[in-house]
Amino acid sequence: MSTIFDGLSLGAIYALIALGYTMVYGIAKMLNFAHGDIIMVGAYAILTTLAAGGHIGLALVVAVVTCVIFGIVIEKVAYKPLRGASPLAVLITAIGVSYFLQSIAQIIFGAKAQTVTVATFGTVSIGTAEISISSIITLIVGAVIMAGLTLFVKNTRTGRAMLAVSEDRGAAQLMGINVNRIIMITFAIGSALAACASIFYLMQIPSTEPTLGSMPGIKAFTAAVIGGIGSIPGAMIGGVLLGVIEKICLSIPVLAPYTTAVEFAMLILILLVRPIGLLGKKRREKV
Amino acid sequence: MALLEVKNLEVCYGVIRALKGINFEVNQGEIVSLIGANGAGKTTTMQSIMGLIPIKSGTVTYDGQVINKIPGHKLVSLGMSQVPEGRRVFQELTVYENLVLGAYAQKDKKRIKDDIDEICTRFPRLGERKKQVAGTLSGGEQQMLAMGRAMMSHPKLLMLDEPSMGLSPLLVDQVFEIIKDYHKSGVTILLVEQNAKKALSISDRAYVLETGSITMEGKATDLLNDESVKKAYLGE
Ligand SMILES: Nc1ncnc2c1ncn2[C@@H]1O[C@H](COP(=O)(O)OP(=O)(O)O)[C@@H](O)[C@H]1O
Ligand SMILES: [Mg+2]
Repeated sequence: MSTIFDGLSLGAIYALIALGYTMVYGIAKMLNFAHGDIIMVGAYAILTTLAAGGHIGLALVVAVVTCVIFGIVIEKVAYKPLRGASPLAVLITAIGVSYFLQSIAQIIFGAKAQTVTVATFGTVSIGTAEISISSIITLIVGAVIMAGLTLFVKNTRTGRAMLAVSEDRGAAQLMGINVNRIIMITFAIGSALAACASIFYLMQIPSTEPTLGSMPGIKAFTAAVIGGIGSIPGAMIGGVLLGVIEKICLSIPVLAPYTTAVEFAMLILILLVRPIGLLGKKRREKV
Repeated sequence: MALLEVKNLEVCYGVIRALKGINFEVNQGEIVSLIGANGAGKTTTMQSIMGLIPIKSGTVTYDGQVINKIPGHKLVSLGMSQVPEGRRVFQELTVYENLVLGAYAQKDKKRIKDDIDEICTRFPRLGERKKQVAGTLSGGEQQMLAMGRAMMSHPKLLMLDEPSMGLSPLLVDQVFEIIKDYHKSGVTILLVEQNAKKALSISDRAYVLETGSITMEGKATDLLNDESVKKAYLGE
């Protein structure tokens, strides 16, 4: 019971990050490999704010603002000039940005891991299970954020424009949609979600280092691919699935050391059965 | 007065010169068609006017303003609208959402609603299928949707790229009726067609495009009777 709960809340974290990958992929048609490092940026923003005596709420705001600025600047400086370039060039640039962010963090904060105590949470017992309050908060807030995002995309002018750009950039422009602006907004939203993920992540593992974003980044990317990259509900489902499986594996002593292997095996298995991921859409070939 | 004026327009795809410096104009209130075989450069012309592909040289003037340096998305609010080749409706969105996107420049929700009602009167099939996902519409319905979507922005100049492509003769007739009708409401039309006979029959003037150059121009009635046009494009 508590394992499932922890899994769901870890899954919510993966889902929040996976949304950034999947939205950017769907709309800008690129894999933003530096997305995981935005979590690290958020974590250091939280560390800095708390160290300066700031409240946890303020830390969250600072993290969101910082991550959004990073997301927008990275898109503008590194990716926008490559619009229309080969996917490989964009991918290599993204990897470069990832190393760049890690190096900057190392220069400013050093390579050593630093403790970040966001807040100390107890547990509540429901029936026989002990469930950590941080898991409950993560799960509820994560669910609210994702529901909000879903409503935003489906029901607002900007959200619809995002769907239009993701389906057909040229046709979207013919509607009068400023494609560059929509891509920028997508990066901003993805980064804001990553900032939220970073605070939840620190609630679970209260420590940060320059390479903090790598592992959750890769896991969330895996989640996005499992769910079908480009699909928003897919990223949510993929994230939650991965989180639950990870916690279940960790709770079984024989499996625990192989948790990551199990997760990637699941990725491979799903892709073998359904190469476009659980909710992925087949790209129609344009004539 | 020329509403749209294209001067020495040159467009290249890498080393291929798709447009070799073409000149044409569309006057206020006209229907002008651009006819030519597959690969002549018609779509390239249409897309470069709307800023979808970069221009190598030349100018495009709309309503007295040089527009080829203006970002493409801003042209819609100037009164230009295009029904692209192959329809390109948003397949995963509903008919209603497609129409709403057509009014992207319009922020007044009441106005958008009224306009959608008007489009649904013009295209009853769309009215019946508002909630249907566009990808599940038939080819003809998708063409209607693409036209309705382009009309949502209340263009002064409507450009259509092969609206009859892939449609049954009956639907082709319907499409041309709709264009004629829309023109009567005061909208200037630039029409690209491979179906030259149909296009010429509703046009005031026309240009013939051949491998990136305009080789003939004139009144539509004259071109309909021109021997070389008859041979090459009318199948007579
Ligand atoms: N994206 C592209 N890349 C390279 N060549 C292209 C591209 N699009 C069109 N062309 C070439 O430009 C020429 C004109 O094409 P197009 O404008 O589509 O003609 P039309 O619409 O008259 O059939 C053709 O020779 C075509 O092969
Ligand atoms: Mg064409």
